[in-house]
Amino acid sequence: MMHIFCPYCGELREEEEFHAKGQAHIERPIEPEACSDAEWGDYLFFRNNPRGIHHELWIHAVGCRKYFNITRHTVTYEILETYRMGEQPGITAETLAAEQLAQSAAASAASSTTQQTGDARP
Amino acid sequence: MQRYSGFGLVKHALSHHEHWQKVWRSPEPKKEYDVIIVGGGGHGLATAYYLAKEHGITNIAVIEKGWLGGGNTARNTTIVRSNYLWDESAALYEHSMKLWEGLSQDLNYNVMFSQRGVLNLGHTLQDMRDIQRRVNANRLQGIDGEVLDTQQVQDLVPAMDCSASTRYPVLGASWQPRGGVARHDAVAWGFARGADSLGVDLIQQTEVTGFRKQDGAIVGVETSRGFIGAKRVGVVTAGNSGVMAEKAGFRLPLESHPLQALVSEPLKPILDTVVMSNHVHGYVSQSDKGDLVIGAGIDGYVGYGQRGSYPTIEHTVQAIIELFPIFSRVRMNRQWGGIVDTCPDACPIISKTPVKGLFFNCGWGTGGFKATPGSGNIFAWTLAKGRAHPLAEPFAYDRFNSGKLIDEHGAAGVAH
Repeated sequence: MMHIFCPYCGELREEEEFHAKGQAHIERPIEPEACSDAEWGDYLFFRNNPRGIHHELWIHAVGCRKYFNITRHTVTYEILETYRMGEQPGITAETLAAEQLAQSAAASAASSTTQQTGDARP
Repeated sequence: MQRYSGFGLVKHALSHHEHWQKVWRSPEPKKEYDVIIVGGGGHGLATAYYLAKEHGITNIAVIEKGWLGGGNTARNTTIVRSNYLWDESAALYEHSMKLWEGLSQDLNYNVMFSQRGVLNLGHTLQDMRDIQRRVNANRLQGIDGEVLDTQQVQDLVPAMDCSASTRYPVLGASWQPRGGVARHDAVAWGFARGADSLGVDLIQQTEVTGFRKQDGAIVGVETSRGFIGAKRVGVVTAGNSGVMAEKAGFRLPLESHPLQALVSEPLKPILDTVVMSNHVHGYVSQSDKGDLVIGAGIDGYVGYGQRGSYPTIEHTVQAIIELFPIFSRVRMNRQWGGIVDTCPDACPIISKTPVKGLFFNCGWGTGGFKATPGSGNIFAWTLAKGRAHPLAEPFAYDRFNSGKLIDEHGAAGVAH
């Protein structure tokens, strides 16, 4: 059971109160008539389907009935953040990768320091 | 290949069953193949089998990251039917049904295909109108089907509550007597054994990590055991197809969702057919072992976790108890999830791709098991000739840009 933080209610609620509505941040083409078949088909049917970080639209169906966004990991199902409509995600696959890179760099720096102090010991 | 027979069983009994031949080899991958199939599930193995058997191409590798038939082939609820609405999909599934009917003989492997019939229940007047329309369509397509009323359904399934006092009374059903169930593992193993005996290399525990292209054409695949060359590659990776397409450099209109199923403790025979209901949203059959095999809907969100959510399982069991109050105290044994690649029109994609020589067979969504032999058969044809099999033509991936969709949401109905 996922516990989802509704950014409008300001509370963690159970998954059953919500409905997933697919990929977030899809913009309808401003001039549909000007779209090629490929562009219109892409807008209607083609969605991100990542094994990893995914930004999704959800609705708090039996709560405040408002739409909001979730950044979620599609393998672990961990919810990394929820944010209101119109806002942009604070966590993306790119920021997460950069963070992990920085962490592993820090970890390797730390381990080399320990090794140095270890060597310095008599 | 050592052929299986009753006589063979007796013969091997005399030597305490110690001299059975291995069912398939575990070869080292060669440097180059004529065709590589990515994905060693039912569909992939069937593709390899029919390529070798019907098209004489035997220099084939099936590359599987886990073990054979360990994905959705092992996770479905084994229902086989062909009563779809539209001509294109009905023809596709009926092609498969006809192969099912001779499959055990063809493979010399008992896939335990049991044509015990499939009921699709109607609970509202609109359900019944849709059922009538679909059964009429099926008859015009040359597919068996009947519309049953409440009493006929009750006669077929005495254990089901068909009384008028239920919340969703059973008003009738469509009935496809040729539908039924098959043993899912045996299907994978039978095709694997058949393909192996024709010279196909089944390479397990090897993950395809990328595709190598040259001037827009495929030249091979990168794997966890190094590069393997092939001018023609077929990808049959179900829930992972979207990820594979991305690696090949294009997008597919697929979303991967967890679909779960559960089985009960083994019971005495109580249900000798398959009962499906779109409206209360659940389906159930009884396996030869005696356990009730139950399933229903997908989780609404994209997921690769191979497990289902609790709300969905609760909903599933509610539906089954609504139909069969008698099952309310049956204990459930196991529950699992598979990852299904759903397409916007609930139909598969069997198609060439923007990369020359690279073909995809995916998007079977919640009901791919029934199509296993047919899907493999026409995908093999497609791979051998380099163009879509006539039955596969309507299922090209560019239909999502041309708008020529085949909307099977009605007949695909409840996820299974």
